[in-house]
Amino acid sequence: MDSVIQHIQGIPLNHYLIFCSVIFSIGVIGVLIRRNVIIIMMCVELMLNSVNLLLAAFSAYRGDASGQVFVFFVMALAAAEVAVGLAIVIMVYRNTKSVDIESLSKLRW
Amino acid sequence: MGAIITLSLLGILVLYLGLYKAKNALLPVTLLGLVVALGFEIAAWDTGATPIYHGMVVFDNLALSFSILCIVITGLILLLSKEYFRAISSNVAEYYTLILFSLTGALLVNSYHNFAMLFVGIEIMSVALYILVGIRKTDFNSNEAALKYFLMGAFSTGFLLFGITLLYGATGTFDITGVKDYVIGNPQTISPLFYGGILLLLVGLCFKIGAAPFHFWTPDVYDGAPILITSYMSTVVKVASFAGFLRLFSYVFVPLHDYWTPVLLVIVIITLFMGNISALMQTSFKRMLAYSSIAHAGYMLFAIVAIGADSASGIFTYAIAYSLASVTAFGGLILVKRAHGSDQFIAFNELGKTNPLLAIAITIAMLSLAGIPLTAGFIGKFMMFHTVMQDYKITLLILAAINAAIGVFYYLRVVVHMYFKSADEGAVEVSVPLNFKIVFIIATLVTILIGLYPDCILSIL
Repeated sequence: MDSVIQHIQGIPLNHYLIFCSVIFSIGVIGVLIRRNVIIIMMCVELMLNSVNLLLAAFSAYRGDASGQVFVFFVMALAAAEVAVGLAIVIMVYRNTKSVDIESLSKLRW
Repeated sequence: MGAIITLSLLGILVLYLGLYKAKNALLPVTLLGLVVALGFEIAAWDTGATPIYHGMVVFDNLALSFSILCIVITGLILLLSKEYFRAISSNVAEYYTLILFSLTGALLVNSYHNFAMLFVGIEIMSVALYILVGIRKTDFNSNEAALKYFLMGAFSTGFLLFGITLLYGATGTFDITGVKDYVIGNPQTISPLFYGGILLLLVGLCFKIGAAPFHFWTPDVYDGAPILITSYMSTVVKVASFAGFLRLFSYVFVPLHDYWTPVLLVIVIITLFMGNISALMQTSFKRMLAYSSIAHAGYMLFAIVAIGADSASGIFTYAIAYSLASVTAFGGLILVKRAHGSDQFIAFNELGKTNPLLAIAITIAMLSLAGIPLTAGFIGKFMMFHTVMQDYKITLLILAAINAAIGVFYYLRVVVHMYFKSADEGAVEVSVPLNFKIVFIIATLVTILIGLYPDCILSIL
């Protein structure tokens, strides 16, 4: 375990920060510009996983376990969210035969 | 804590009742459970100001008062649900279960003392709602609303989590007292991560409360969801999110007031104008209420902009007034839609003649939402404007007054339709079942009571 933490600490914390911010930004941009619902969900997962990575890095640097415990919370709830989300996508697909977000624009003022 | 445990067990119990086809027992059992949970909350009043379970949750009076409000409003909404759910789906038990689970999450958001609990609470609250919004499986609008709500909810959760992570990186703890100690302990050397964390948390929470410019999902979702679920979303969920917002900013981030106030100020002004001006242009009552709920989020944010000793009781009063008026308005909409099949303003024509009592209840709700004196809405708005006035934010006050005037205009449009417009196809009698009558009477009486004797609420917090 100690060697893992030493490996993690071998890379400066700033690198983790920049790396995770980049992944998070890719996720955000993906959600905003992509049209396929499945891809949007994958981008959301990308956002959540960049958070997980950053939490683990902070946790290792501070020698504090609570950050890693939080990762489990995030994973569990992300799984619950995706389960519901995929069910919604299937429901939409049954009615519209499409997973394109443009097919859903009836509600406009 | 008793209330949270009661509600989670109650949800599972109700699910089993549905499994064994005990359809008539669903509503009584649910209401009974809510009363028990309410009893737990009232019994805990003034006892627990210290965090429990390793600092995970705290049941101070702030948490308890907002939890009591959430439970009471849920009870009123469930009373309205008697025949409503049965008409749109055969699986009635799932509705009650999901609403109860969502309420559990709301109570957790009210009483968190650790960012993990804030996150878990918001997720429990939202995931149950994603299903509820899309529960009319073959209805196109309901589908679209569910998908939009899910995508925006998951998206905003990402921001919330990144904010929490950055705060953790700066402070090394998820405990809000620990974070607060960090802010007070190092006033000069606060890490830049912390500032980024505040902004991202602000974005995440603004998504949840539907404040502009993160409000674009609100009208579509509120419009597409079943009316009763919309009323739940626009009252309980919003109230709980504001309680979470308030705890975070009034307890943890207060020392950094100068940093986040300008950001919040911009959000408030955009929210007020977006909500009110869009509401002005609607022809559908349901959509008008959706936009007006955005505007009300803007008013409630006043108390956080001018954070101080009065903020909690101000938001609490406003939340009571807004929730009661919304429940009445949505209840009235259900009845009118049942009779006319439409949620446009013109469906309300001649309601004043055919159903004078229903028309009076809706009128009082509209006056309360508009903030006319002698109703609870006036007291709520007065508290909000009062907190801002103490800080001499005159520009904000003037803008808010303009918005309140716009609000009066579109709320009174419904009243005009009810009393002064004649229906084209002849008047249709709208029948009001007993359970609706009870809810309307309770909501209207409390609205007027708070309007006449505001001290009974203001002295609580």
